[in-house]
Amino acid sequence: MTKALNIVTGLFVLLLISCGGKEEKKKEGFSYEKKEATEKVVKKAETIPASKRVDLSNKGIGPITSMALNAEIDQTMVTHGADVFKKMCTACHRTNKKFIGPPPAGIFERRSPEWVMNMILNPDEMVKKDPLAKELLMEFNGSPMANQNLSEEDARAVLEYFRTL
Amino acid sequence: MKKRLTSTIAIAMIFAAFTSCNNSGKTNGQSGALSSNVAEKVYVAPGEYDEFYAFISGGYSGNLTVYGLPSGRMFKEIPVFSQFPTSGYGYSEETKPMLNTSHGFIPWGDSHHPDISQTAGEIDGRFIFINENNTPRIAKIDLKTFETTEIIEVPNSAGNHSSSFVTENTEYVVAGTRFSVPIPQRDMPIKEYKGNFQGALSFISVAPETGNMDIKFQVLMPGFNYDLSHPGRGKSHGWFFFTTYNTEEASTLLEVNASQNDKDFIAAVNWKKIEEYVNNGGGTMMPADYAHNVYDEHTHTATSTMKKEVRVVNPSEVPGAVYFLPTPKSPHGCDVDPSGEYIVGNGKLSANLTVHSFTKMLAAIEGEKFDGEAYGIPILKFEDVLAGSVEQPGLGPLHTEFDGKGNAYTTFFISSEVVKWKLGTWEVIDRKPTYYSVGHLTIPGGNSGKPQGKYMFAMNKITKDRYLPTGPEMEHSAQLYDISGDKMELLLDFPTHGEPHYAAAMRADLIKERSQKIYDLEDNKHPYAAKSDDDTKVVRKGNEVHIYMTTIRSHFSPDNIEGIKLGDKVYFHVTNLEQDFDVPHGFAVLGQNTSELLIMPGQTKTSVWEPTKVGVWPFYCTDFCSALHQEMQGYIRVSAANANTPLIWSMGEDIE
Repeated sequence: MTKALNIVTGLFVLLLISCGGKEEKKKEGFSYEKKEATEKVVKKAETIPASKRVDLSNKGIGPITSMALNAEIDQTMVTHGADVFKKMCTACHRTNKKFIGPPPAGIFERRSPEWVMNMILNPDEMVKKDPLAKELLMEFNGSPMANQNLSEEDARAVLEYFRTL
Repeated sequence: MKKRLTSTIAIAMIFAAFTSCNNSGKTNGQSGALSSNVAEKVYVAPGEYDEFYAFISGGYSGNLTVYGLPSGRMFKEIPVFSQFPTSGYGYSEETKPMLNTSHGFIPWGDSHHPDISQTAGEIDGRFIFINENNTPRIAKIDLKTFETTEIIEVPNSAGNHSSSFVTENTEYVVAGTRFSVPIPQRDMPIKEYKGNFQGALSFISVAPETGNMDIKFQVLMPGFNYDLSHPGRGKSHGWFFFTTYNTEEASTLLEVNASQNDKDFIAAVNWKKIEEYVNNGGGTMMPADYAHNVYDEHTHTATSTMKKEVRVVNPSEVPGAVYFLPTPKSPHGCDVDPSGEYIVGNGKLSANLTVHSFTKMLAAIEGEKFDGEAYGIPILKFEDVLAGSVEQPGLGPLHTEFDGKGNAYTTFFISSEVVKWKLGTWEVIDRKPTYYSVGHLTIPGGNSGKPQGKYMFAMNKITKDRYLPTGPEMEHSAQLYDISGDKMELLLDFPTHGEPHYAAAMRADLIKERSQKIYDLEDNKHPYAAKSDDDTKVVRKGNEVHIYMTTIRSHFSPDNIEGIKLGDKVYFHVTNLEQDFDVPHGFAVLGQNTSELLIMPGQTKTSVWEPTKVGVWPFYCTDFCSALHQEMQGYIRVSAANANTPLIWSMGEDIE
């Protein structure tokens, strides 16, 4: 008896809530949405993951302090870079999707070429000192970017290959 | 009140400490091992390097250990003649052939006398050689990688003890037999030893560029025991000297029967003369059975080849090539001074140290000052070769080393001491106790024309109360002495591993600069290497399954494998894709009947697993490699022999 009563009461309450809810949304829709949007903006600034953030001024920490990418893509370098990438990087990186580490496709929309070079050539120091690299380490579950001892030339070729992705 | 008393005592102690410092400084360390400047002499601050490497044989551990001097810190154990589960040496498919012999696979050895390669009479730090006593072998360790890269078995030899010493340009590494045996081996009564057994002295050539070893010739000597040896150098380059005992040719109770003769011999072998004879076609090829094992650092794999014959030379075929120098009372160590003039015979049972002169030896040969012969080999007159003797320096002399400043240092086993004496005048300059019963001693650059002085260390056979007790078995103790002054100064005790017989030491700089940090992945020619993620696969050949696996921080690829069946022989070929210094990965699978693998960056190693139970079994990385080391794992599924589980493998399929 008590059980039955409880169920009935429960159903009644549910009904009330769902009705009220619907009504409420309709009624306060505008102001509520506005509120939500403001919140969203604030939230976005806080949680945009390091991998998606754009920072073209940060050059990172390491041997490369300034470099420029030519307008034209050097195909010989691309071929070499693709080969190096396959041998040295594919254990942790897929070109177009997140794997152990982030995908390199479109990297230059988010990072300076110097930063990418330094991340390849000097990862140990980067993940300790560079604010972006530090965050990336946490974003990717603490998987460290391995130092694969690439020569500067090889790393540069890998960058050229990244431009084609 | 109590507090005041304590602080007074403290001040007094500080004062005392300062005073003792000052004293010891003024009196050149005479206040002994307690003074603080002794501690400073062996203190290597955190992050700083030792000045010398010491390579100390492991004796019955079969291996070679690497220490730093003056700190006495142990850096590494290099597996040589014994299986080493820590790295998988002798367990992995690639390294099993290193321990192959004509007697089959032998998992253990007794390593004795390391010696570093030389160029023009100076230590060059390229290779280190070491002998295996029990099943006669000589190994070569490459000091670029600190890995054993070659082992050659020595046929016709038994108790390979008067080994492995190199000539001054590493033309040869020499291996002499301790036990004489029937040559060739045959079924015969032991009592017929005398006159029938022979002792082989093997000259193993070392190719100048590659270091490849090959037995150039063996000199078949009378059936004595050949105990230790050293090369001539400088003026005596081209000769080799071996101590003998049991010239009585006893086969039983040697402790009595081999101590009958007043004098045994030092055998002087003119190897240049025999080399020339052999180069002109001399000697005979004799059927023999011995393994030659070579590790290729590009395939990361050793191969074992069985050799079928060896060139032997009877000394009587080459007149003027071998002489005996009478030396009192069962000489043990046979040591040649840096100039090559003095040959020291350390007669174990003799009261005096006997020193022969190379110049006098040549004159005695020239003047035919013979005292008879043994099996056709001329015995030179004792008085005509003797340079002098150190009178009653101690009890039980064993080995002598030199500092390059005209001094010699001899160990005395029975009286537990090292005695410093002067070459030429034979006077005793200093003596210091060792703790206890010292065997060999080493001065960096010891067996060369240019010893590097500064330190000497004694390797003791008995430890007793030197350290905290560890039950009945104690590690042996070594003692480091400063030999830069007139008097030796004991600086440090440090424990060693196994039973160190001898050690080779040298200044660290040459080795340090050449030391390799990684194996280049590009150069990896292992037939089962997976050099990138694309190469990973699982291939079945009948009941053999080959897994081409990669490791990098912090995963294996593949890490999920299915389709293994009971009765399969599963080969895990694991390639470490890292190219960074000191980032090895380990590999172990539950129920592995061998050992783990420890794979260096760029290297491929293989472990065979024959699963005995159906189930899903984990494998993991044994070397804490990264923050996600505990995540570095995988599973392999084993089905019944008649199951139809398809052979599949993957890694990270469900990732995002």
